[in-house]
Amino acid sequence: MFSKGTKRKFSDGDEDLSDESLVGARVASSYSLQRQSLLDMSLIKLQLCHMLVEPNLCRSVLIANTVRQIQEEMTHDGSWHMVTEAFCGTGQSPSERLVATEVLCRSREQDAEPKLFSVISYEGCREEEVVADETLCSVSVSDTVSNVCLAGRMGQCWEKSELSGVERDEEALEDSREDEEVDTEDGASTEGPKTIGQVFGTFEIKNGSPGPDSALEELFSDVDTSYYDLDTMLTGMQSAPKMGPYDLLDSLAPSHSSPSIVSTPNCRSDLNELDHIMEIIVGS
Amino acid sequence: MGEDGESPKINHSFLRDYVTEADVISTVEFNQTGDLLATGDKGGRVVIFQRETEPKGESEELGESGEYNVYSTFQSHEPDFDYLKSLEIEEKINKIRWLPQQNAAHFLLSTNDKTIKLWKVSERDKRPEGYNLKDEEGRIKDISTVTSLRVPVLKPTDLMVEVRPRRIFANGHTYHVNSISVNSDGETYLSADDLRINMWHLDITDRSFNIVDIKPANMEDLTEVITAAEFHPHHCHLFVYSSSKGTLRLCDMRESALCDKHSKIFEEPEDPGNRSFFSEIISSVSDVKFSHSGRYLLTRDYLTVKVWDLNMEKGPVETYQVHEYLRSKLCSLYENDCIFDKFECVWNSTDSVIMTGAYNSFFRMFDRETGRGVTLEAWRESSKPRAVLRTRRVYTGGRRRRGDVGVDSLDFTKKILHMAWHPAENIIAIAATNNLYIFQDRVNAENQ
Repeated sequence: MFSKGTKRKFSDGDEDLSDESLVGARVASSYSLQRQSLLDMSLIKLQLCHMLVEPNLCRSVLIANTVRQIQEEMTHDGSWHMVTEAFCGTGQSPSERLVATEVLCRSREQDAEPKLFSVISYEGCREEEVVADETLCSVSVSDTVSNVCLAGRMGQCWEKSELSGVERDEEALEDSREDEEVDTEDGASTEGPKTIGQVFGTFEIKNGSPGPDSALEELFSDVDTSYYDLDTMLTGMQSAPKMGPYDLLDSLAPSHSSPSIVSTPNCRSDLNELDHIMEIIVGS
Repeated sequence: MGEDGESPKINHSFLRDYVTEADVISTVEFNQTGDLLATGDKGGRVVIFQRETEPKGESEELGESGEYNVYSTFQSHEPDFDYLKSLEIEEKINKIRWLPQQNAAHFLLSTNDKTIKLWKVSERDKRPEGYNLKDEEGRIKDISTVTSLRVPVLKPTDLMVEVRPRRIFANGHTYHVNSISVNSDGETYLSADDLRINMWHLDITDRSFNIVDIKPANMEDLTEVITAAEFHPHHCHLFVYSSSKGTLRLCDMRESALCDKHSKIFEEPEDPGNRSFFSEIISSVSDVKFSHSGRYLLTRDYLTVKVWDLNMEKGPVETYQVHEYLRSKLCSLYENDCIFDKFECVWNSTDSVIMTGAYNSFFRMFDRETGRGVTLEAWRESSKPRAVLRTRRVYTGGRRRRGDVGVDSLDFTKKILHMAWHPAENIIAIAATNNLYIFQDRVNAENQ
């Protein structure tokens, strides 16, 4: 279920460890990996609700509570702290770093969805095989974070872009099935990333704005009411570029993919290629 | 089609599974006398079985009981579409409850996710013959041909079972209805969805009273849902509802119109030794049933069944392990969604035995007096009609006996979720996907 090579503890650095503490570290990291895996699985479950019929609310609530529980534990652990630290710019106050999901430089509230997934996937991407190009990521972060950060940044950059599908793996872009992929992405976008708020929100037609700032409020972000617009659904166009399931799957490390989902594309992406394409689209 | 002679044969087995998906039984319920047994399925149909009466005196000595045969079949609910949310509404029958019989006709309530319907089941075995103005086919006679008058008489005909919808209780629920329960007052019933419980009068379809509402002001704060609800069998003002956090709330409708505040809350403190990320999920109560006496409650969570005394709120009086061997498999069961399976539980007529379902077509019975449990199997190939059920065992360590099933060879697609126990006799009805098994207790075990 997890890659065998990773034995580092998240909170500790790479100091020399004695045999005893090495075992302890391995146990701890194994637990962290399991926990991370569970978190990834839960998020995918929330996303991949079949939207032909209303999803089972009980199941969604139980999964959401599990996610919340893991998140709280990670916050206490300090693992979450590292995540938020990575994404927040230097300008943010220390207290904000510990805030669970208030991560990524916020430009719009609708980006709450990509926030959650980007943050979570950070943990998954902290693998040795992930290669990230620091120069393309404008946020000053450690090397292991940039891949995910980039996904999030892209989401914000292409505000009006209809081709939110370009966020994805360059393999898909190079593929001659690009159009199909975009359609699929649109199709997936109509299902949307199922954040907690959106999962519960399908039962309501809500126009409310998100509640006051708080960690968990952001986690359960508000519903994008354009979802319910039949036209929107049919055309797959939404005002905000949603990070569809494929983006999350992109961000997940291959070792963390659950068997039930299609094999995820490698985290590694040809960022030069993406950058080039982005330039073409934005028309700069 | 293709010219490729080496292409593998198309596997059609998935088609078979698809075709019978609509036949999957989703609820089973005996009526108050046990003569009628109703099943609802995923395709929205209701099938009613009737017990054959025994004309022969000798059969009683042999301990034989009447068999159940199909009495009537009808389409209760149709697939629907919610245009506002662009979502389908399943026609699957979630629950059937019989009303107490008051005249020759039988009444039952059936519900899908959104709409509850009251059906009248009546028999017609006579028809009038000898009309003066109509002929045998019903055509109007020419008056000039009528020379004498006669009184029409009732002649026996073949039995015809008519089922007609008498009430449709629609638009009462925003969320999915999981329970209905007829009140002992014979006039009202409750329907519960994930967040609300409504009370209806059987004669009034355009209005219902909301008696419980746990919907938070902000849906993002939602952490708990209602999983089941039932009226007390004798006290028409009491009802209980269970939650996804493993709590039971007893509510008294005399206290206030909106019973958000419970009279009693039954909760077992969490065992810190067994704590895991799945603790909350496996504590979610999937079914709650009052005992016939009205003194006890029976609940089912993922791994156990528990008996609660209404007089003691701090914990159950009895706990039975249904399949404790699954505790180490919770992560896999979470992954394949089996951890969210909702098993039902039932009492026997004297409240001395409780029963619930499990995986691999197994179901479990617990004798409350001895505390012992037995595992039985509802599987066509291992039981011929009128054969005695063998007990089964899941191998969890120690000496392995022949016939033991290993935990890893359990079939998690064969789940026994729905079942019913005859109100007076030891007859049980077990739903195993699209098959219904009826088992009867024999006085003389020798007779097979």
